[in-house]
Amino acid sequence: MADLIWVYAEIVDGKISRATLELLGKAAELGTAEAVLLGPGPDDAVTTLSRHGASKVYRSDDPVYRDHLTLPAVETIATLIAAHHPTVMLFASSYGGRDVAAALSARLDCDVGDLAVKDGAIVATIPALGGSYQNTTTLTGPGPKLVLVRPKAFEIKPGAASATVEDVPAPRDTALRRIRVLERVTTEREGPQLEDSRVIVSGGRGLKGPERFAMLQELAQLLGGAVGATRAAVDAAWVPYALQIGQTGKTVKPDLYVACGISGAIQHLAGMKGSKTIVAINTDADAPIFQVADLGVVGDVFKVIPQLIEELKKRKRA
Amino acid sequence: MNIVVCAKIVPVSSVTIQIDPGTRRMIRKDVSQELDPQAAKAVEEALRLAERHGGSVTVVVMGGEDATVGIRSALAMGASAAIHLSDPALAGSDALGTSKALAAAIRRAPFDLVLCATESSDSYTGLVPGQLAQLLGIPPLTFATALTVDGNTVTIKRQSEGGYDTVSAELPALVTVTTGINEPRYPTLKGIMGAKKKEIRKYTAADLGLGPGDVGASGAREHVLTVGRPPARPPGKTIRDEGDGGKQIADFLAGLKLV
Repeated sequence: MADLIWVYAEIVDGKISRATLELLGKAAELGTAEAVLLGPGPDDAVTTLSRHGASKVYRSDDPVYRDHLTLPAVETIATLIAAHHPTVMLFASSYGGRDVAAALSARLDCDVGDLAVKDGAIVATIPALGGSYQNTTTLTGPGPKLVLVRPKAFEIKPGAASATVEDVPAPRDTALRRIRVLERVTTEREGPQLEDSRVIVSGGRGLKGPERFAMLQELAQLLGGAVGATRAAVDAAWVPYALQIGQTGKTVKPDLYVACGISGAIQHLAGMKGSKTIVAINTDADAPIFQVADLGVVGDVFKVIPQLIEELKKRKRA
Repeated sequence: MNIVVCAKIVPVSSVTIQIDPGTRRMIRKDVSQELDPQAAKAVEEALRLAERHGGSVTVVVMGGEDATVGIRSALAMGASAAIHLSDPALAGSDALGTSKALAAAIRRAPFDLVLCATESSDSYTGLVPGQLAQLLGIPPLTFATALTVDGNTVTIKRQSEGGYDTVSAELPALVTVTTGINEPRYPTLKGIMGAKKKEIRKYTAADLGLGPGDVGASGAREHVLTVGRPPARPPGKTIRDEGDGGKQIADFLAGLKLV
């Protein structure tokens, strides 16, 4: 019998998250893929999950999951796991996914790892120490294996399956409502989203201040891309967290990544070194970013980038 | 308010960490250790809360003997006391084993708020806080970019994919803080001197009632099988800007049909 592989389906900004769809594709490849979808979602949520590999969807659209975050979801999933015994449950390494997986592992006293499933077995290849090592890891012991997967680890694979839906009851215990969401604030995001962008122009500490990001914005526009940043630039509050690329930010794999004033700390490389082509500009010839760059320019970003912008404009006019 | 901060002591960020191919663990011997810069943010946030509302800040650390220097820096910043879970039987614990040990230590004294970094800067799994909250039976408020306590209620701004959520819970609760939440203070000379007199209470696994099935390598269910290097990218070209760096990039992009 095929292994039962469950996916924790997440709703982000009113949509099934891209990472959920990536996990479903992998789950369907490994065994029988089923999804658990908790909280109010879009009307076509089940269809979307089904088209991406889910053969069954455990569903509750109760607002308790949206308004009280982790604890109700943990309760429901623990009950479902006890009834159906999936071999593996996959979670996206997102804000919500990580919280639910961590709490479940403690509650069920079972395994959890920041892993990616590979080739049918619960042996995972994971980057360690910010990607400077690559380990294979396994999970042993009783109970389901909970696996956290970084976004972009797997491809989305659209299919044509039709899923059955099983409604699940939401827990009524008030102790599970101890976390209360009072307000949700979406910060305005202009231009293409980082994760979906084919070109990313990214800035780091070398930009020396928030003003210079305007220059990157102009370059990104010319290249039809989006602007990203390192943790240093985000921690300095030059740009919002939503732009952060790296181990603690977003993982991106664009066709072109232009790193401006970025030294290439492993924390940053972990989030972008899967990019197809990398161009780097930095004053320090020894900066680690040059080890992953297809074209590295040792020079001043404030001279090189404006010249590149002028050059691209000239070629557009021609 | 009794605040507990779970802190990790990690190799200093300036060194390149190596993995021992035999044990498949990080080589910590002869590598200088420091208070994890991420954990320092949790310590700082705890100190600010204690300054505003009164109360104590206790730092809990699991680690070998060489963790002491990092514990001292948390005390030098201003933490009132420290608990050090130091025992060879704890070495090799996975995330859940670590959480069980921390929970057992924290339960020994009354607490109102547990603060943790979102994740450590050496292993980044980010699992311990969520497990710890579950084991302690308190609600986890995670990814805080701002934190306030009003009476018995803790409220955070929680980082989200598209912005932030305002989220609250009654105490006792656990909060994880993101790196942008504050700029940790530097210990003063007075703080450093004072830290030497502060108590560091030590517990072994047995003190905490934990056996080989719970913690250490024997209790771990996550096992590293192999350690290797990722495939390297094919080497690229590095040029020095001689006044035409921007043009050269444009030519390179045109050659790849990227413009």
